[in-house]
Amino acid sequence: MSGIGTGYDLYPTTFSPDGRIFQVEYAHKAVENSSTAIGLCCKDGVVFGVEKIILSKMLVEGTNRRVFSVGEHIGIATAGLTADGRRIVQNARQEAKNYENFTSDIIPIHVLTERLSIYVQVFTLYNYIRPFGCSLMIGSYDEEKGPSLYCIEPDSVALGFYGCAIGKGKQEAKTEISKLKLSEMTCKDAVKEIAKILIKTVHDETKEKEMELEMSWVCKETKGKHKLVPKKLIEEAVEWVKGQENEED
Amino acid sequence: MFDLEKEFLYDLNKEVKTGTTVMAVTFKDGVIIAADSRTSSGSYAVNRVTDKLTPVHDQIYCLRSGSAADTQIISSYVSYYTNMFSIEEGSQPTVKKAAHMFREFLYQNKQYLHAAIICAGWDPIDGGSVYSLPLGGSIVKQPFATGGSGSTYLYGYCDMNFKENMTEEEAEKFVTYGITEAIARDGGSGGIVRKAIIDKNGVRRKTVYGNKLKKFWEK
Repeated sequence: MSGIGTGYDLYPTTFSPDGRIFQVEYAHKAVENSSTAIGLCCKDGVVFGVEKIILSKMLVEGTNRRVFSVGEHIGIATAGLTADGRRIVQNARQEAKNYENFTSDIIPIHVLTERLSIYVQVFTLYNYIRPFGCSLMIGSYDEEKGPSLYCIEPDSVALGFYGCAIGKGKQEAKTEISKLKLSEMTCKDAVKEIAKILIKTVHDETKEKEMELEMSWVCKETKGKHKLVPKKLIEEAVEWVKGQENEED
Repeated sequence: MFDLEKEFLYDLNKEVKTGTTVMAVTFKDGVIIAADSRTSSGSYAVNRVTDKLTPVHDQIYCLRSGSAADTQIISSYVSYYTNMFSIEEGSQPTVKKAAHMFREFLYQNKQYLHAAIICAGWDPIDGGSVYSLPLGGSIVKQPFATGGSGSTYLYGYCDMNFKENMTEEEAEKFVTYGITEAIARDGGSGGIVRKAIIDKNGVRRKTVYGNKLKKFWEK
């Protein structure tokens, strides 16, 4: 088995003898260094939550965005190199707008996901451009088709999920998510549950600095538009999580 | 400036135009489209049995008038894109989508083109729809539409005889008589009447040959 630095890991254009492309795997590591993002597909919509580490008290609240809107009806949450994520979102916005101009219809989420997947894959083919060091979760809500959530990784694999987590704490988060009954949960409940997972399970208060919660949703209540969750709801969710902690003590 | 050639001599190098009559009308269950069959180059009928009913997708057709070359290439582009999109999305394309694609091509290339299209068909979301795309590249959804040089003779006829939610029989009569009348009056239109009925079951094509065309007032 080949390990790190044995010569097959210099360019994405080289396979290792056991069939791996190391550069793409290293790109995954870049995602695992970043703070966690969670996406949940509830019965009436999709909710995203990102654990944002506050690096300095001088930073303005809400800066360094990790969730983005594409068109009005699709949301994307990123983990990994934020700049790489922004680049892909830029491409997604172009795709969505071109589709709308050409066909007068809004782009379906599975079409956008496939196109982004193809776009990300291109960067795993050549030795002069590096793969993207970020994973994306793409979510949307449609009256007829219901909520949809997809996740694209640096190797361009796009899978549909009911609940997904990317970043440093994704293993613990995924364990917690699997305990939830997503098909019966409303988006308002999901806001609380995501806050709980990010604050209690994923975020380590002793090791890391303070965190900020960035949450967004696209659901029946927002009439299918992707918006940031109102600050009041996030504050209530944080209060609720603190309340839960006290109960357990 | 007075041009002798233009005014008096037959110019067989003139661009092939579908001096035409085309009609599309929505009825209770879908749409019926109809056209004449003459393609002319100056005063020579290049094709007297043309099929101007061009399929774009399974249940979406377009009626072409203006330059034959321009309309053929654009309808083949739109056909290509509607097929690609419907495969990508896994669902039947709407007439609205196809019509808006026509609009993009016609508008963005308006200085080079001389093409007017009527895009009509049936889809499960809007039922039967007719979209008119005249010369400049605008798009208008209408209950019925006429196009081509012969359509000028049908404005009165259509206004007086069109009704919403006609039965298939009524709608068929409406278009057949319309095209017949235009063929009689317009020099740029002639030949036979080609029809297609598009509803949720698919497309049924019909033809009315010259000798079977109803004769309206003529001596």
